[in-house]
Amino acid sequence: MNLPFSAQLINLMASLLLLIAFAMLSQRRILSLIYLFAWQGAVLCANTLIVAWSTGQPHLYYSAMITLVLKVIILPWLLHRLIVRLNIKWDVETMINIPITMLIGIALVIFAFNLALPIAQWAETITRSTLGIAIASVLLSFLMMITRRKAVPQVIGFLAMENGLFFAATSTTYGMPMVVELGIALDVLVGTFIFGIFFFQIRETFDSLDIRNLEKLKED
Amino acid sequence: MIEAILSQLFQTLLAVLLAPLMLGWINNCRSWLQNKSAPGLLQPYRTLRKLFHKDAVLAHNASSLFRMAPYIIFGCMVLAASIVPMVETNLPFAYAADAIALVGVFALARVFMALAAMDIGTAFGSLGARREMLVAFLAEPALLMVLFTPALISQSTSLNTMVATLGQREFALFPSLAYAAVAFVMVLLAENARIPIDNPATHLELTMIHEAMILEYSARHLALMEWAAAIKLMIYCAIGIALFMPWGIVAAGSWPLLPVATLVLVAKLLVAGGGLALLETVSAKMRIFRAPEFLGMAFLLGVLGMLTHFLLER
Repeated sequence: MNLPFSAQLINLMASLLLLIAFAMLSQRRILSLIYLFAWQGAVLCANTLIVAWSTGQPHLYYSAMITLVLKVIILPWLLHRLIVRLNIKWDVETMINIPITMLIGIALVIFAFNLALPIAQWAETITRSTLGIAIASVLLSFLMMITRRKAVPQVIGFLAMENGLFFAATSTTYGMPMVVELGIALDVLVGTFIFGIFFFQIRETFDSLDIRNLEKLKED
Repeated sequence: MIEAILSQLFQTLLAVLLAPLMLGWINNCRSWLQNKSAPGLLQPYRTLRKLFHKDAVLAHNASSLFRMAPYIIFGCMVLAASIVPMVETNLPFAYAADAIALVGVFALARVFMALAAMDIGTAFGSLGARREMLVAFLAEPALLMVLFTPALISQSTSLNTMVATLGQREFALFPSLAYAAVAFVMVLLAENARIPIDNPATHLELTMIHEAMILEYSARHLALMEWAAAIKLMIYCAIGIALFMPWGIVAAGSWPLLPVATLVLVAKLLVAGGGLALLETVSAKMRIFRAPEFLGMAFLLGVLGMLTHFLLER
């Protein structure tokens, strides 16, 4: 346990990321969920900057900038505007109650850590030990998408999952090539726009954003 | 040996005598933050003096347990105060009990408190005792989980060794300790009847937990109960300081540094008290049925701390 200081910082950022993933899982209010998502982006950006600085990979600076602009500023702003326009005031509804969701979350974390430990032993990157956390936060975002009834939290879960994947890419291979990263960024941005349009359509058809309505195939 | 016993005495007395001052400081900070006029730093001492001068009133059906409980609880807290290293790691008492036994000492005090509360047979007493047990049985495993993380790092469950290894090594970031610290603050709030779980300033029937249990006590018994509660809060703050900011706690046998260490401890306690008051001011009291969720979260953070220790710090 004598890691260089930058590796310690990266580990700290990774554990913050996991903490935020759990906070999102336990959150009852949509607005706080959006703030948490923005925080997750900020931590991700800081982590990318530290990795870039400690490994001397210039392209990581660009992806940190993209993260900052897209995930800390634009997407939360878009989501915020969306919930103001949709006039969503209700709290987040969950399928399973929150303590049980948390317990499932712990099980997922143990699974992810077990999965990552043998892989991490073969890697030689400075960030190798954080792979487990990356997998865990992807799985936790999945869990959040599964256990939420309303459309907006599900979309935030989807975006958080993308954050987790980005973190996994940074921790295993020092980030994806620039073209891929730009493509993903654009996808996420456009995806959010399309989700926004969907929200309005869903609400217009069913008077609610509860996606259980979409499961009915016929009109009653 | 004499030195060790003297430093043990000094530290235990420090904890016991400073505890009401700490409580006064927190209450003052709270008043300042809430735009009220503050009661004064020494108010808890004045309350204690007043209570010690009064004649005790006991219910007719009070058993001897009811009369003994305050002394047992106070004794438990003094014992706990002598285990936790605050200014020096040279504590002969610390070998008597490790961190797990410390949790046991708190549990012993709690059992007697609940029994005494139910002894008279009033509705409030048993209501408070039940609620206390609800909170406690959830807080205890969370506290153990919190203590396991530094125990894993320092390879020992003795608080002395933990502080010695954590405080006297080169600076390193431990993400697992960050989790443990957050979980610890949550447990501290729950165990000391602070605001998200219980309001220490209320006497409203439906919300009180700690106050409901000591409702039947008066005079010196009440004084001992309140003093014990103040010491408990002080011990919790001291454990937090010892585990998560141990810098400044001096090694065994460095007498000249003792005044400095005491000053550092007081400064840290001031900061901790201010932070606690801030936390209590910005948060609202939870419904009692939310308490399991709150403490479940603390337990979860403790477990996460352990898991991240295995993943990141080995």
